[in-house]
Amino acid sequence: MRMAQAVIATGLPATTRRARRSWRGWGFVGPFMAVFGLVFLAPIAYSLYLSLFRQQLVGGNAFVGIENYQRALGDAQLWAAFGRVALFLAVQVPIMLGIALLVALAIDGGRLYGASFFRISIFLPYAVPAVVATLMWGFMYGTRFGLVGNIEDALGVALPDPLAPDLVLASIGNIVTWEFVGYNMLIFYSALRVIPTTLYEAAEIDGAGPWRVITAIKLPAIRGAMVVATIFSIIGSFQLFNEPAILQNLAPNAITTHFTPNMYAYSLSFSGQQYNYSATVALIMGLLTMVVAYVVQLRGMRKEA
Amino acid sequence: MTVVDPAPARAARATGRTAPRLRPGVREGAPRRGTARPRRSVLLTVATGVVLVYSLIPLAWLVINATKTQGSLFGSFGLWFSGPFALGTNVAETLTYDDGVFVRWLLNTLLYVVAGAGGATALAVIGGYGLAKFSFPGRRAVFAIVIGAVAVPGTALAVPTFLMFSRMGLTNTPWSVIIPSLISPFGLYLMWTFASEAVPTELLEAARMDGASELRTFAQISLPLLAPGIVTVLLFTMVATWNNYFLPLIMLRDPDWYPLTLGLNSWNAQAATAGGEAIFNLVITGSLLTILPLVAAFLLLQRYWQSGLAAGSVKE
Repeated sequence: MRMAQAVIATGLPATTRRARRSWRGWGFVGPFMAVFGLVFLAPIAYSLYLSLFRQQLVGGNAFVGIENYQRALGDAQLWAAFGRVALFLAVQVPIMLGIALLVALAIDGGRLYGASFFRISIFLPYAVPAVVATLMWGFMYGTRFGLVGNIEDALGVALPDPLAPDLVLASIGNIVTWEFVGYNMLIFYSALRVIPTTLYEAAEIDGAGPWRVITAIKLPAIRGAMVVATIFSIIGSFQLFNEPAILQNLAPNAITTHFTPNMYAYSLSFSGQQYNYSATVALIMGLLTMVVAYVVQLRGMRKEA
Repeated sequence: MTVVDPAPARAARATGRTAPRLRPGVREGAPRRGTARPRRSVLLTVATGVVLVYSLIPLAWLVINATKTQGSLFGSFGLWFSGPFALGTNVAETLTYDDGVFVRWLLNTLLYVVAGAGGATALAVIGGYGLAKFSFPGRRAVFAIVIGAVAVPGTALAVPTFLMFSRMGLTNTPWSVIIPSLISPFGLYLMWTFASEAVPTELLEAARMDGASELRTFAQISLPLLAPGIVTVLLFTMVATWNNYFLPLIMLRDPDWYPLTLGLNSWNAQAATAGGEAIFNLVITGSLLTILPLVAAFLLLQRYWQSGLAAGSVKE
């Protein structure tokens, strides 16, 4: 501060300052953008290039134009996988965000005993790696030494196997919900905390009850946070990989190598050596994700106006 | 675009170093709305308690079962202790099994976290500061590209990145895990919004007129003001690298370079392979050891990530 005041007294020609302002910002942004170019832009460009070629046994890469894309459009396995994550998105994301929102409102409302204990404990699963979360839940799902087996023994009933083919998607949904309810709750909660008190005072003068405060003040105020949380969840759903891939050891019959689009792209590359087609699948999924995320953002923002 | 709430930054400026959660005029702790403070509700507490139990049960299961031997894991009730209390031997066995490969994985993970998350934080901090405090040609393009990149699924990049890295001879080396970890668009965005509020432009102008170089201005004036934001970004990049699974799965073949996440999964998969020894007690104890440092970090540094998230919470 002392330096600052001293400097204001001396002053410098404005022109010098403006001239110096021009390029030096790159000195700070440059390192990020250089690495960004290497790990984001270059791979995208490279996969665009790959998607236009085909690896041949003889003669190396051959240019095939949009052939890989045509194959992808007619690929039943890819679209089955896409349908699976779309279903996942339609069911799991609303449940997860709904629970997160209710908990955030409950904690923010000041009517809970031990609110900060709730906040920290419910957030804690976010610190657990997906691998550990999946292993834990996978063990608990299991009938060997899992809780499902325990309950069956204790009650003498036969429960449906959570790792059976028709239930495994729901079981994965439960794992993902467990991991991210607290994270989303915290995003909502943080947005709720910065609502100015004057709004509540005004509402109280108007005689608004708690529900009215929630619907008329709180929910509109955190719409931005809800859009962001929704977009992150959409991206996460389309990228679904870790949980099903790790659960595969425990449920090999229920989870195929093309269970989700990402698993499909992975197995195309690393089991099938079909790098060109794998890059095409990855690009198509990336594009679809961006389109859906963009639409959600536009809709979310429009309601705002 | 979205505007970020400046509250934590402003509060940070007011008090200097720490990151108080809220600015004056915003509720803090118990709500101060009007006269009556809302009555606490048992019903609501119980209802929220259901979610709490749901969140904690798997962790309780993990702690309880880390105390069981491989034998008593089977055929005992999962949510209560059973058989000999074997936590000590489990931990010892986890650390020494297969010539102490778990310790090797732990050190690898630390390397990836220190280099990857540390580097990502450094790049995000200087980059965010540059975007917030300088106007330069191409600034808008940088903004558009980085925001667009947030929507690109990371895994969509993984396969082409692997192919690129394998041509460069980087796969199966620590670099293949560290380099992609260096970029955190979310961290950059967080630092950018934080820096635009936490560092007064007049202060920078003054320092420049005094003849201080940009680097010196940054290091001596801006960096201390950015501290709360830096800790937040560091925490989130730490979690991302500590928990990373997909990237090392693709890049690494040699178990000697595995991080903990890959190692644990390979232990678990071992039971399924022909002739493989089932070591579920080690998988469970290893899982517990893997999450402890992060849980501790989160509990100890609560105030920071909460203020950081508040900075990231978007308002229109």
